[in-house]
Amino acid sequence: MNAVNPEYTSPDCLLRPGNTNCGGCGMSTALTMLGRALANEHYSLVIPACCGIVAAGAFPTTSYNVPVLASTFASSPAFATGVAAVNELNPRSDHQADHVICWAGDGGTYDIGMATLSAAAERNEDIIYICYDNEIYGNTGGQRSSATPAAARTTTTPGGKGETKKEIIEILAAHHVPYAATLSIAHPDDFRRKIRQSLEIRGFRFFLIHAPCPTGWKTEPADSVELVSLAVRSGVFPLYEVIDGLDYRINADPDGTDPAAYYARQKRFTGQEIDLERVKTSLKRKNRRLRELASLRH
Amino acid sequence: MNMQLVTGNHAAGHSMSLAGEANRTARGSVCGIYPITPQTEIVEFVARYPFSRGKVIPVESEHSAMGVCIGASMNGARSFTASSSNGLAYMAENVMVAAFYRLPIVMAAVNRTLGPPWNIWADQGDSLMFRDFAWVQLYCDTNQDVADTTLLAFRLAEDPRVLLPVMVCMDAFIVSHTSMEIELATQEQVDRYLPDCKVPHALDPAHPVTMGGMTLPQETLTHRTDLDAAMKQVPAALEEHRARFSDIFGREVSGALTAYRTEDADRIFIASGTISITLRDVVDEWRDKGEKVGMIRIKQFRPFPNEQLEELCRGAPKLAVLDRNYSAGTGGIFWQEVRASLQGRGDHLVQGYLVGVGGGDVVPETIREVVRDLGERSCVAAPIWKGIEQ
Repeated sequence: MNAVNPEYTSPDCLLRPGNTNCGGCGMSTALTMLGRALANEHYSLVIPACCGIVAAGAFPTTSYNVPVLASTFASSPAFATGVAAVNELNPRSDHQADHVICWAGDGGTYDIGMATLSAAAERNEDIIYICYDNEIYGNTGGQRSSATPAAARTTTTPGGKGETKKEIIEILAAHHVPYAATLSIAHPDDFRRKIRQSLEIRGFRFFLIHAPCPTGWKTEPADSVELVSLAVRSGVFPLYEVIDGLDYRINADPDGTDPAAYYARQKRFTGQEIDLERVKTSLKRKNRRLRELASLRH
Repeated sequence: MNMQLVTGNHAAGHSMSLAGEANRTARGSVCGIYPITPQTEIVEFVARYPFSRGKVIPVESEHSAMGVCIGASMNGARSFTASSSNGLAYMAENVMVAAFYRLPIVMAAVNRTLGPPWNIWADQGDSLMFRDFAWVQLYCDTNQDVADTTLLAFRLAEDPRVLLPVMVCMDAFIVSHTSMEIELATQEQVDRYLPDCKVPHALDPAHPVTMGGMTLPQETLTHRTDLDAAMKQVPAALEEHRARFSDIFGREVSGALTAYRTEDADRIFIASGTISITLRDVVDEWRDKGEKVGMIRIKQFRPFPNEQLEELCRGAPKLAVLDRNYSAGTGGIFWQEVRASLQGRGDHLVQGYLVGVGGGDVVPETIREVVRDLGERSCVAAPIWKGIEQ
């Protein structure tokens, strides 16, 4: 085995330097944050077709510092179910947990993997499922998915997408999974707390990360963190968690920032008429509903 | 002896469950399961088996059933499942992945006609669509053969020289739902026959690698030539494990090919599955009339037993292949394989017959027609359909 720089095998290094991810890649930053949150934990990753598996690099090298199993596009929750079942039958001698984490893009989550995801959630498999959502099929050059927001231009919606983004957290909450939450790379403390908190829970845990893709979003790589910060502040991407599909908690209140600031910095939202008033109304309704859900106590 | 009256499905479920239980001394067994007629009883049998270290996971699709098996096998457990027909078609992507990941998964494939039109009867077109997927394929003829071949399949799949998944195929209903008195294995015998399952490339936190990342063409070529090398190990490994099977179970399990009255035959009839049992009786009828006919049952379809077939057919100028499957645009799939296998090895007339495609009964008279036709035939024709009502 080749000698590896010790810095890259430190307990908090999940994604090693030297990977080929694009500059400003939200997935890349999220992996670094995940590695820090999981320092000293035992875990393996199951990654379907997505930029996450390309990031591993070409055989026989790997950018990941943990065991990775590449799955077929729709199958990461099924592969992970098998891995987790064997872990359950073979507990570690030190009684520490062996976490199994699916790391998937929005195409593998919202679209082709939806049935598999729903089934694993319904069975309440002991899996952590993390979707890094760049709102397009990024790996294939930026086609629309059901996570693509309304009005966004993609290579398959050249005039802007006419339909609304699917609400994946609501779908998971409807499965009554023990834990579902959104994460932002602009809120590293919140990111870390939620990941750590989920480790104390057994069963199906779901995370959604807003992950900028400068190539697909037509944005400046340096703007990525600022963009997702704007998304949280303007209510485009609310930070919240849902326990048992019943208890909603908002983790960062929108501060009244105009969502126009978020849209204006992305060329995917230019070149056609975006009805910003409609967007604002829709966001207002969505966030009001979220506040109402969060005010309910079961 | 543990003689019991059981169906083919029961035989497969019993052997799979005992094999799973035998791995309690290692990392246990995990199966993803999903129902489809006519294999459902197999996964039901497995689901109610009281494994001491095992988990059976009823998932939402065949694609995920194989996905669970892949994850479990890649984490070092023994893994198995069953499917049929369109279920196998839906599972296809992960069926391929299981082999390309070199995972010793065993799957019972109850051969059922692919739809539409929807039809639950026997036809091998479902498992034969995986002929290029790097699975070892064994086609059984009786309930006893299913019970024994399933155990042999685990031994073969997990052989470190082989490390390939194995598909145990049987005809829908004729085997799956028909009861026969057979000898069932005991746990003690299976424990002796099957060593602990070891997957040498299983996930290992101490040695983190990425399984299934990208490769360049040169490494992919190496992967494929490794598959080829593993397939080439199958015939010798199968013979070893058959011999060991006889030692432990006190009976023989059939091998790659079974020849019957071929020694001096000038006409040989080739079939697989249950058709070969009926064929055997018809061969006896013709022998009683003094005609030099013989038969070969092909059990091991992948890897295809080229050398053994050539040797058995050497003295016979005329060969007939009876296929209960149909590849549109060509003919029967075993017929294609036999022709390709014998190309350049002797000068045989190899005539294809399509019998029982879509599950129609293949009765002695169907086969008698084939025997009469081949006798009169002086040159090969396009595959001949049998059983079409005028």
